[in-house]
Amino acid sequence: MYVAVKGGEKAIENAHRLLAEERRGDVSIAELDVKQIQHQLKLAVSRVMTEGSCYDEELAALAIKQASGDLVEAIFLLRAYRTTLTRFFTTEPIQTESMQLCRRISATYKDLPGGQVLGPTYDYTLRLLDFKLAAEGGEPTGVEPAAPHNLDAMPRVMDVLNREGLIEPAEPSGMPEEATDLTREPLKLPANRPTRLQNLARADEGFLLALGYSTQRGYANSHPFAGEIRVGWVNVSLTPPELGFEIEIGEIEITECEMINQFKGSKEVPPQFTRGYGLTFGHSERKAMAMALVDRALRCDELGEERIAPAQDEEFVLAHSDNVEASGFVQHLKLPHYVDFQSELEMIRKLRAKQQRSANLTGEENSDG
Amino acid sequence: MMASQNPETETPVTNPDIKKRQHWLSVLAKSPLKPIEKVWAEYRGFVHYELIRPPEIGLAMVQARTGGTGSPFNLGEITVTRAAANIQETTGFGFIRGRNKRQAELMAVFDALLQREATEGELITKLIKPLDRALKAAADERSAKVAATKVEFFTMVRGEAE
Repeated sequence: MYVAVKGGEKAIENAHRLLAEERRGDVSIAELDVKQIQHQLKLAVSRVMTEGSCYDEELAALAIKQASGDLVEAIFLLRAYRTTLTRFFTTEPIQTESMQLCRRISATYKDLPGGQVLGPTYDYTLRLLDFKLAAEGGEPTGVEPAAPHNLDAMPRVMDVLNREGLIEPAEPSGMPEEATDLTREPLKLPANRPTRLQNLARADEGFLLALGYSTQRGYANSHPFAGEIRVGWVNVSLTPPELGFEIEIGEIEITECEMINQFKGSKEVPPQFTRGYGLTFGHSERKAMAMALVDRALRCDELGEERIAPAQDEEFVLAHSDNVEASGFVQHLKLPHYVDFQSELEMIRKLRAKQQRSANLTGEENSDG
Repeated sequence: MMASQNPETETPVTNPDIKKRQHWLSVLAKSPLKPIEKVWAEYRGFVHYELIRPPEIGLAMVQARTGGTGSPFNLGEITVTRAAANIQETTGFGFIRGRNKRQAELMAVFDALLQREATEGELITKLIKPLDRALKAAADERSAKVAATKVEFFTMVRGEAE
């Protein structure tokens, strides 16, 4: 328990001023512009939008600037901002198969229809520090465009496998499941898959990364393949009641990952591949992959697998995935716990005194004996 | 809540008037503001409109589908701006992703003008077609650069070195 305290206004005000000064840093160096963050720290912006659960590049960039680059703090700022806005609409489900691709790779098929398109990736970079970037080195050389129609017709890798019937359908039960909206209703367990996916989409990347990694190392033994990873732009459509028909209101960039996992089969289901799904705002590949691994691990009950690993424990995963909640609870320890601590102190003193007394008593008894 | 949730209704719109309107609304929502302002400058002098809903910023929950094609789930929200304007008895609407109030307002005005026979033809030619071309060109440019990164992987046969 923590208690309200009075006073400290002046100190707090000064602390805020000092923070603003620290954030600005050396004033002889040009100030960072929100636009620069938006356009040059794109991957940080993607993460803040995904976990802040609000797609708005400009707001995410502002949050990053305000938080001095602390992304979890920036996520908190964005989440707080969204609570000030009214929800006008729910969109139609985005159609990821018709995204305008920036990247599409598969680790399962070399010659997949439509081909592999690397897009802007760090995958093949050498991870050597590039001192040219430090030396304010001009414009990049840019890429020579190829014919854009090269990107036509890229069927889902899952559909290719599906033709042979070797992979489960996207909805194995065949029964649509109703999603809970976790921004409006508390998480209830057991949660169905659409509800879990919303939780995972908002979840902390580091947490999911560690859990996903644990499944690869044998804690759940999922044996995954990156079936397909896509990054690109999709249309966002909604149906305003005033119009009564569907309209497109813009595009968003998303990252989608479909993991393919081994499944030995059960009494009811023949051996086949199963799926894990990851989807994020912006370009957030690591997060999308980790999300797909954890999504698959959490399906253990549905697939009749033994629940043995942390990543399969729905309650553990879903209750600890949100970094705004986690950060809040860990950091609330900084709030005054004076009264709480005083009572603990009292108790320890009493216990000590009691122990001392009984030791003395035994001592006396012994010396008597 | 004014949410619309009809994930399973994929009835294609057949009404040609609605199809035309869907097209120009989509183009106006996705285009940058600058060229829209430029065309507006030509109309500003003699078009009088009443903002029946001043531009307003809010959110829309983006839905996606489990596994890409399964049950809908809530991915996260986007900021949206909406506005509505009357030109005499015609009501135009602006709905855009993001927080550009000016663009939502102009979109509503142009939606009203485009619904009116007297101005539809010229605006399609002056505004919608050039914007549409620019959007397609920008998308093509993006795709052309990405297409340059298309690869052919060859599998190497592993074996003993001779």
